[in-house]
Amino acid sequence: MADFQGVDYFNLDGLLSEDERMVRETVRNFVDAEVLPIIERHYQAGTFPVTLLPKMAELGLFGATFPAKYGCAEMNNVAYGLVMQELERGDSGLRSFTSVQSGLVMYPIFTFGSEEQKDRWLPRLADGSAIGCFGLTEPDFGSNPGGMITRAERRGNEYVLNGAKMWITNGTLADVAVVWAKLDGEIRGFLVEKGTPGFTAPEMTGKHSLRASVTSELVFQDCVIPASNLLPKTSGLRSPLMCLSQARYGIAWGALGAAMACYDTALSYAKSRIQFDKPIAAFQMTQEKLVGMITEITKGQLLCLQLGRLKDAGRAKYTQISLAKRNNVYHALEIARSAREILGANGILGEYPVMRHAANLESVKTYEGTHEMHTLIVGEDITGFPAFQ
Amino acid sequence: MKLIACINHVPDTATRVSIGADGKSIDRTGVTFVLNPYDEFAVEQCLRLKEKNGGEVIAVSLGGDAHKETLRKALAMGVDKAVLLKDDSPRDSFAVAHALAEYAKAQSPDAIFFGKQSVDADDAAVGPMVAELLGMPSVTVVVKMDVNGTDVVAEREIEGGREVVATKLPAVFTAQKGLNEPRYPSLKGIMAAKSKLIEEIAPAAVPARVQVTAMRKPASKNPGKIVGTDVSAVPELVRLLHEEARVI
Ligand SMILES: Cc1cc2nc3c(=O)[nH]c(=O)nc-3n(C[C@H](O)[C@H](O)[C@H](O)COP(=O)(O)OP(=O)(O)OC[C@H]3O[C@@H](n4cnc5c(N)ncnc54)[C@H](O)[C@@H]3O)c2cc1C
Repeated sequence: MADFQGVDYFNLDGLLSEDERMVRETVRNFVDAEVLPIIERHYQAGTFPVTLLPKMAELGLFGATFPAKYGCAEMNNVAYGLVMQELERGDSGLRSFTSVQSGLVMYPIFTFGSEEQKDRWLPRLADGSAIGCFGLTEPDFGSNPGGMITRAERRGNEYVLNGAKMWITNGTLADVAVVWAKLDGEIRGFLVEKGTPGFTAPEMTGKHSLRASVTSELVFQDCVIPASNLLPKTSGLRSPLMCLSQARYGIAWGALGAAMACYDTALSYAKSRIQFDKPIAAFQMTQEKLVGMITEITKGQLLCLQLGRLKDAGRAKYTQISLAKRNNVYHALEIARSAREILGANGILGEYPVMRHAANLESVKTYEGTHEMHTLIVGEDITGFPAFQ
Repeated sequence: MKLIACINHVPDTATRVSIGADGKSIDRTGVTFVLNPYDEFAVEQCLRLKEKNGGEVIAVSLGGDAHKETLRKALAMGVDKAVLLKDDSPRDSFAVAHALAEYAKAQSPDAIFFGKQSVDADDAAVGPMVAELLGMPSVTVVVKMDVNGTDVVAEREIEGGREVVATKLPAVFTAQKGLNEPRYPSLKGIMAAKSKLIEEIAPAAVPARVQVTAMRKPASKNPGKIVGTDVSAVPELVRLLHEEARVI
């Protein structure tokens, strides 16, 4: 039985199918029983809870939308979104891991890979025996990845990679990296395996956000990979952007989970904390904050649900995904900040999840396209004027 | 091994229930129903026995269409077959046991598992009644069991300790928390359960021997008082325990 009863002010559960609800319950119970008791300790220590990976794999959380023949659950995008929501209710680090594994590693291999690449990697990524990472961002090219410096050069039956990636989730843990590099001026995707000579993935330290997640650099110095490691169907910047659409979709749902955790915590705290002889929930200003939270969560839920249904029908536009990611992460962060205020000094303590979510959401607002980049994406779509440069 | 898990669809213990307009049953609107928590141990035990000895696990539930959700959860956990004894009318424990026993008899199972009680009516009666109706031994409140062929050694929870009992299959067992750690239904299991059929059988009507005449909520307690959250509250707490509660 879940400790967390969910946030559903508009009876949206009625719009979910029985299996979608069951998927959510499974992940909700898993998060309550296995994640919440240990996550704060990992966060404070700055470690990713690797011990959870076998259980997450057994539940089928990795690549859950891909075909059963690769060992995946083959479920729809709404169920996938609900998984992301519940994982991020635990911690953005776990959702990030799952987003990367599913949307940024399995998706490109499934979409752009050869049959051999799919057969080799997808079952292992699904059952957790292999971990993946996605290397697009570089020290000098973040919002503008098209300018990337990392290069691949064909040499006989091999490619030689040179360059560096930064801010790569799971980098140090990964058995396989999906690396984006320019080959004769065109951006292509390559699979680089852990231990390949010339490839190192040192972990970045000193983060104040996403502390229960591994973030790394990827360094390539005359790194030689077989020609068969090129993802054959990648072509230009469009390919990594297609991957980002997958992950951004999951983030829009995930942010709701973080917001729900903060709202749930703030609501119960406000009902029991007494000041001036009353629960602070009885003061109008506290109520305004709580009402603002439930309102934005409800709007975000509707946005995600419709986006998921569109995605399942093959009709979701990347601009709609941008709008949902931008909106939901923005409001989740505002909700986390309000919740922190309601908890007063207790809000900064690890005993409550609020500050951890608030700090995590600062990263979430930046990665997978910053808030501003999504403004420009939707802005261009509705006005017809690109304002990127 | 043929194993039957009898499972019930009950209000989640975390949701608040209120008494319906008839004064004899609960108001179901807005109440979340779940697989009875003790029945999860029953399902898990069947799955483990099957994994070890081979065979088949059947989950059975008596109730209306709503019970299909709980049957589907059992399918998602991995049972082979789900059967709904479809009858939404109120039944006393004997009438429930009668229907389950009739179904089980036709299956000739090696073992039938129940939760030690349903968390709704808390009768803790159906399992032993089914055993009686089938002429099988029954072991209740089981926290540990070893099965060797048809020999079973089980540990039951008793007041302040444990009792070790031996019996032979076929037998009926009711599961207590601690018997095992129930698995989560995996996402693959949930997707596979979607396409599995739930067999529906209409059980014979059995006249009730016990009627519920009224349902009441417990008398409400006075709200608790939080004196403080740290050491500084101790003197006030001691004063209240001494002067108001008069327990020290
Ligand atoms: C914890 C974490 C994990 C990450 N994981 C990954 C990963 O797994 N793989 C990966 O490839 N990357 C990853 N990233 C990188 C992330 O995607 C980038 O940080 C992000 O794209 C922004 O790039 P930047 O940090 O270089 O910021 P910059 O691009 O330098 O932007 C700085 C600021 O300038 C603004 N800005 C830039 N251009 C414009 C413009 N034209 N108009 C208006 N404003 C503009 C931005 O919105 C931002 O506010 C991760 C980042 C973090 C923090």
